[in-house]
Amino acid sequence: MSAQLRRSTAFAAIILSASLVAACGSGEGPASRAAVEIGGESGTELAERQVLRRGNGAEPQSLDPHKSEGVPESNLQRDLYEGLVSSGPGGEVMPGVAESWEISEDGTVYTFQLRDNARWSNGDPVTAEDFEYSLRRSVDPATLSNYGIMLRPILNAAEVIAGELPPEELGVRAVDSRTLEITLGNYTPYFLGVLSHSAAFPVHRPTVETYGDRWARPGRLVSNGAFQLQDWVVQSHIQLVRNPYYWDTDNVRLEEVWYYPIENQSTELQRYRANELDMTSDLPYRQLRWIRENLADELVISDYLGVYYYGLNVTREPFRNNRALRQALNLAINRERLTSQVTGAGEVPAYGYVPAVAGGYVQQTPEWAAWTQAEREAEARRLFEEAGYSVDQPLRLQILYNTHENHRTIAVAISSMWNEVLGIQTELVNEEWKVYLETRRSKQTTQVFRAGWIGDYNDAFTFAELMHSASAMNDSGWDHPPYDELLARAAAERDPGRRVEYLQAAERELLQEVPLIPIYFYVTKRVVKPWVGGYQPHIQDYIYSRDLYILKH
Amino acid sequence: MLRYTLSRLLGAIPTLLILIALAFFMIRVAPGGPFDSERALPPEIEANLRAAYHLDEPLIQQFGRYLGGLLRGDFGPSFQYKDFTVTELIGTGFPVSLRLGGSAILLALLIGVTAGTIAALRQNTRTDYSVMAVSMTGISIPNFVMAPLLILLFAVTLGWLPAGGWGGGAWNHMLLPVVALALPQIAYISRLTRGSMIEVLRSNFVRTARAQGLPERTIILRYALKPALLPVVSYLGPAAAAVITGSVVIEQIFGVPGLGRYFVQGALNRDYTLVMGVVVFYGVLIILFNLLVDLLYALLDPKVKY
Amino acid sequence: MAGRTPGMGLPSADGTLAVEVKGRSLWVDAWNVLRRNRAAMLSACLIVFMAVLVVVGPWLSPYTYAQTDWDNISIGPDWASRHIFGTDALGRDLFVRTLHGGRISLMIGIVATLVSLLIGISYGATAGYLGGRVDHVMMRIVDILYAMPFMFFVILLMVFFGRNIILIFVAIGAINWLDMARIVRGQTLSLKRKEFVEAAEAQGVSTFNIIRRHIVPNLLGVVAVYVTLTIPQVILVESFLSFLGLGVQEPMTSWGALVNEGAQEMETAPWMLIFPALFLATTLFCFNFVGDGLRDALDPKDR
Repeated sequence: MSAQLRRSTAFAAIILSASLVAACGSGEGPASRAAVEIGGESGTELAERQVLRRGNGAEPQSLDPHKSEGVPESNLQRDLYEGLVSSGPGGEVMPGVAESWEISEDGTVYTFQLRDNARWSNGDPVTAEDFEYSLRRSVDPATLSNYGIMLRPILNAAEVIAGELPPEELGVRAVDSRTLEITLGNYTPYFLGVLSHSAAFPVHRPTVETYGDRWARPGRLVSNGAFQLQDWVVQSHIQLVRNPYYWDTDNVRLEEVWYYPIENQSTELQRYRANELDMTSDLPYRQLRWIRENLADELVISDYLGVYYYGLNVTREPFRNNRALRQALNLAINRERLTSQVTGAGEVPAYGYVPAVAGGYVQQTPEWAAWTQAEREAEARRLFEEAGYSVDQPLRLQILYNTHENHRTIAVAISSMWNEVLGIQTELVNEEWKVYLETRRSKQTTQVFRAGWIGDYNDAFTFAELMHSASAMNDSGWDHPPYDELLARAAAERDPGRRVEYLQAAERELLQEVPLIPIYFYVTKRVVKPWVGGYQPHIQDYIYSRDLYILKH
Repeated sequence: MLRYTLSRLLGAIPTLLILIALAFFMIRVAPGGPFDSERALPPEIEANLRAAYHLDEPLIQQFGRYLGGLLRGDFGPSFQYKDFTVTELIGTGFPVSLRLGGSAILLALLIGVTAGTIAALRQNTRTDYSVMAVSMTGISIPNFVMAPLLILLFAVTLGWLPAGGWGGGAWNHMLLPVVALALPQIAYISRLTRGSMIEVLRSNFVRTARAQGLPERTIILRYALKPALLPVVSYLGPAAAAVITGSVVIEQIFGVPGLGRYFVQGALNRDYTLVMGVVVFYGVLIILFNLLVDLLYALLDPKVKY
Repeated sequence: MAGRTPGMGLPSADGTLAVEVKGRSLWVDAWNVLRRNRAAMLSACLIVFMAVLVVVGPWLSPYTYAQTDWDNISIGPDWASRHIFGTDALGRDLFVRTLHGGRISLMIGIVATLVSLLIGISYGATAGYLGGRVDHVMMRIVDILYAMPFMFFVILLMVFFGRNIILIFVAIGAINWLDMARIVRGQTLSLKRKEFVEAAEAQGVSTFNIIRRHIVPNLLGVVAVYVTLTIPQVILVESFLSFLGLGVQEPMTSWGALVNEGAQEMETAPWMLIFPALFLATTLFCFNFVGDGLRDALDPKDR
């Protein structure tokens, strides 16, 4: 469904990269490059001013890649820094600072060959020692990193994070200045994907050591990505300019990228419409209809590696030991109606838990996904009665969600569906974010709670591990030994095919037991001006500014 | 007068201390903490974070530490914006809010006093009703409706003004937010002016002046306006302090990098130091402005002497 | 039951006047002045009409405020389906929701105002009457609370009482009493020197009874003005909270919440903004006009 809304940008990108190779070898300045025709047709010339203005949601917490966790921060950091590898549109691993790598036979030792022309924005070479320092810093408890756990697959990482071993014991070693060796604790097939995450980005040691906590600022911050930090006015804008020392800078078209922190999505859209932004970070659901009518050509909807679901607290009544009730609630939700009439951005109705786009995974769907909604509802009513409820013995439920327009709308719609099909009386409980997190975690009063998960890396395991009985994020309180067992087997499995089979079996187990109700798979939605070239949707929404350029308009 | 000022300032110290204590303990009692996030932190990291920000100490000790920092002019590091200290955030946000709010207050004074005076002179006539009705729109239509309407009209549709952003404080970026910010103030000021002007116009000295045949214009501007402004001045003290510390609605909708959002975001993010910083800053401003109002009173009202 | 409160509460502003008219020349005079103020009279009638409408109106529609009409999502005003104000993004009838929101908004305005009235009068009258050190300490407390940003308070309260709307507005009222306390204190200070109070004191009437029997009744004029001006303020505060997403719990609604939702769709679905905004703005207008009229009428210098 979302495919027809996706703008075909791949074609333009191919033409561009072909001509860039021809045009850029000579080291001409940007002004002369502007005259170069990109395609045969007119209207594909580059603009004089290669300046991109991106809406970027909230003000970033930090530009230190080891100290931040949100989406706005990582958008900026992907432009500022480059890890050993980078990520292609489908989430596939592409070379970054490392031009090549070898993996040992048992899959636990990675040897990266770094480019000899990789440089920091002050001209210093990017070395294996830089990565050794940075990866250690990322897991060092003294750094106070909240995403260092991403690097858990590396040997001793968990112990270093816990403060049981010094950072020097981390399984990372600079063999020489261009060779980096990373040893893993266990075989981890998705490990390369982890390396394109901010937590694995390199930081410039002399800068960090000179300025301590205050190094990530204009005039100080030294980075190794396609762009460098020029200006930062808190709550107003962050200006990046091209890093002339970036190894691939000849293929970077943009001279400047301006990031605007605009939390209010309606405001963001209005600034986009007033031509103050070239692309937005998101769109207000409430205005999708207007956008479809008026900006249809600029609307870009694409799959996103995330699932929106309702968790059920299985540690308490009424859901404890009551699979029939859980399943009844699950079946009574009309997902097609929800995604077409309520959210309406092209979200994919979710019958399974792991998104279809997860790399190397075959999506699992329960048998009833093929039924009609009427059949589902009939079965829901049957199960509801089996669970001991009826018109005379109605069920009262609370749905907990955090303050957000979208969560509110969905909760209202679902409570209305439950009411129509099963006669359930729901009370909607809206809590402010921090309170909601605490309520959810305590598992004391929650019954149904809104939740969502965006994959940290492109592998089904990022979703599967959430529901492990020992996971700190398992707010359903689900404790199902067969599930844990399957995950353990998957983690220990060397054969990729069999590993995926274990994960799939685990998901089937989960869908059978219904500790959560999947609702839809996320999409990214934004508007992009027609003159922005090179835009390619990405399943984790990694939109690298270095791939983008401005067409004459 | 200097003595009075000094004694007032000294008297403000305990007020401020109690205010700080109140805010400090209130925000700490709120459920949730600065480091809660969707991805649960490993307990070790959370313990480290708490230790690094001294959140593991007894609350009273933290309070002492905070007061000690304040004495040194140090508001502490922000929990949320990790590259900045609270002092820096206030230092960059306040000039913006001051400029925006200051302009809005001036505009509101100009329009509000004029409208209020006109309405008072024509009390209970059609002019009175319509002037007051227009000036009352600012407190009848929420500003989160007014602001997007202004943007839609002047920025998106007509394209005359930018839809948002600060642009370093250029006039065209300031115009819409200043108007949106001034509208409610216009309503309050014009109402106050009208009320007190009606009262002043009935007073004996105005009657005397009229009896002497002075032109109405002179009576209003030379005699009536000054005493009629007294309630406006006492209203403006706290109101100005509130307006120049920013408005979260205006800042969010117009994308202005001011101070107002920190009152809300700081509290919602449990950014203890940031929210404390703006609360203390606001408290100091209120106290100063109230003092200023009392001093101004002495200038405007010959009966008041310090 | 919840919906009935505004209906009972509203005419009381009028009702008080009507009852008091007989006894006091002050109120007779005021009534005469007020009657001549056509804007205020019209506003008062509109408020009464609005109050009746929000109580009775929802029964006139075949829909309830929480009911989703899946076949009519986001439709404009339409007679055929009896959605005379149209529906919202979830297919809920806007006519019913606007009136239902009106109940909540008016109730909130009145409850919070009454709470602030109660605290403000007792606090201000006590401080003003007792005077001296007690007054000094009491007013210093008011100063401290004044220096606290209102929004900070309200947000913390929302965090604590997030689940209970009445509690929140009792809490807002509990913050909003500062102005009232100041005004009442000032009035009390001047009343205290009046002969009838001194006479009562000489007869040995207890302090509490003097405050109750002599001071408070004489404050009613100021209070009436204050009440009519505070109600719209509180309704606006509620709408601001709705903007921040901290307003009433779904599926309940308020004018603030409806206007906030409508503002996001003002181009595609203007009816979602226009109807609730019209109700909200009219009500706020009317309260402000009545308040101003009352002030003109009750101003002692006016007679």
